[in-house]
Amino acid sequence: MILSEKLILALAMTTAIGAVAGYLGTLMLSKRMSLVGGPLGHLTLPGITLALIYGFDVSIGAFLVLILAIILIWVFEKRTKLPLETLTAIVFSSSVAVAFLFLPHEEIEIALIGDISQLSLATTLVSLLISAAVFLLVNKIYKRIVFIAVSEDLAKSEEIDVDKYNLIYLFAVALVIGLGIRIVGSLLTAAIVSIPAATSKNLSVNMRQYAYGGAVAGGLAAIAGIVVYSLFPIPAGPAIIISSAVLFLLSMIFRRKT
Amino acid sequence: MQMIKNKKKDIALSVRNLTVELNGQKIIENVSFELKRGETMVVLGPNGAGKSTLLKALLNIIPYTGEVEWSIENLSYLPPKELMERKEILPLTVGDFYSLKQIGKKKAYESLKSVGLEPEVYMRRVAHLSTGQFQRLLIAWALVDDPDTLLFDEPTSGIDIGGTETIYSLLHNFWQKSNMTIILVTHDLSVVWEHADNVLCLNKRGICYGTPMEALTTKNLKELYGVGVKYYKHAR
Repeated sequence: MILSEKLILALAMTTAIGAVAGYLGTLMLSKRMSLVGGPLGHLTLPGITLALIYGFDVSIGAFLVLILAIILIWVFEKRTKLPLETLTAIVFSSSVAVAFLFLPHEEIEIALIGDISQLSLATTLVSLLISAAVFLLVNKIYKRIVFIAVSEDLAKSEEIDVDKYNLIYLFAVALVIGLGIRIVGSLLTAAIVSIPAATSKNLSVNMRQYAYGGAVAGGLAAIAGIVVYSLFPIPAGPAIIISSAVLFLLSMIFRRKT
Repeated sequence: MQMIKNKKKDIALSVRNLTVELNGQKIIENVSFELKRGETMVVLGPNGAGKSTLLKALLNIIPYTGEVEWSIENLSYLPPKELMERKEILPLTVGDFYSLKQIGKKKAYESLKSVGLEPEVYMRRVAHLSTGQFQRLLIAWALVDDPDTLLFDEPTSGIDIGGTETIYSLLHNFWQKSNMTIILVTHDLSVVWEHADNVLCLNKRGICYGTPMEALTTKNLKELYGVGVKYYKHAR
């Protein structure tokens, strides 16, 4: 009974996070930022480590470290004028190294590939609420971000506040990465945003199908992953990502060209 | 052309001592010109002359020094090359493309019709349009809000978009109907003779400005392109 309750909570939380990550992922793909989920996920490792050591929520630790890292990268960029990707590489690799100085050996697997076995009702509800809020936020800015992705100069000429929308978008990315590390850990976050979006792109013929298709593919991968996790001795994070990859392979067979 | 000059003397754009510096390098230096309402000005120059940068400065989307004064209501900007390169990033239909400007189906249909595209195109993926259809769509899309001013950045030069019509002649038709102020950026010299009231020759600094007859002297062209350029004057 307890196990089934835990499973229901896991199913609800991972589906919600998977869906919102897939939805946001369609925007990240359009801005060619799918792989950014990887370094950002790795960046969260010191936050996850602190959360595991001091017993607070891993998402809170991850989110705080993400904000700190973004500020650091911004300051470094202002001072050095080095490319953002170089500074991101410096900050994310340093944070991974620092995390491993403190990360307890027995917690390494949880930090890297996530853990959903000890979910509480409160944690699940908070995750659902944040997922829903991020979904609505992304929905609100979706067309503007697509416009910016098509041509930033054109968007500016139409008096779209590009900086404001990019900031909201990055905030949504940080929130989704913070949520995503709950289910897939810091190692696999790029996959929960990039694979569902790619699957959706294969199957959709317009922007609406593409956007919601990303959410559906992300949600389905999460459900399939949790089913696999409940039946076999496989960690949930990798099971979700493998399910997502299988969905992508299927989408290649049914790819729509019109 | 002369009639318009007589009817409307007012200035749409006034630029004084415009200088653009990016990464410590001067891209444009001390460029000044004025553009009257309803005129078509062609910005001419070789690759890397700062033509696209000039448009971005006029749009206030990159930093500059000097003065740029607009006196217009509604401006539309079109960078076809950039849009052509990015048209496959998303599964966007023509309808989706209009929705980015919050244009509904009815107005989009009228807009498509105005450039000779069938309503069925509305449901098609932008990436699947032919080059000619795509260029027509871009013109329609840029003009759907009835702008009084259009900034057009280097379309694919003189491309045939169906029959013998080029993107310039299609644009010229709209200009004749609505008396738009147009700034066209190109390195295609023939466009100047066919469509320009004034020409600004740009190669980092303004080399010449005036009517094509005044500005496009052999000396100026040589200074602009660095070599002797032969050209034929077309009757407009």
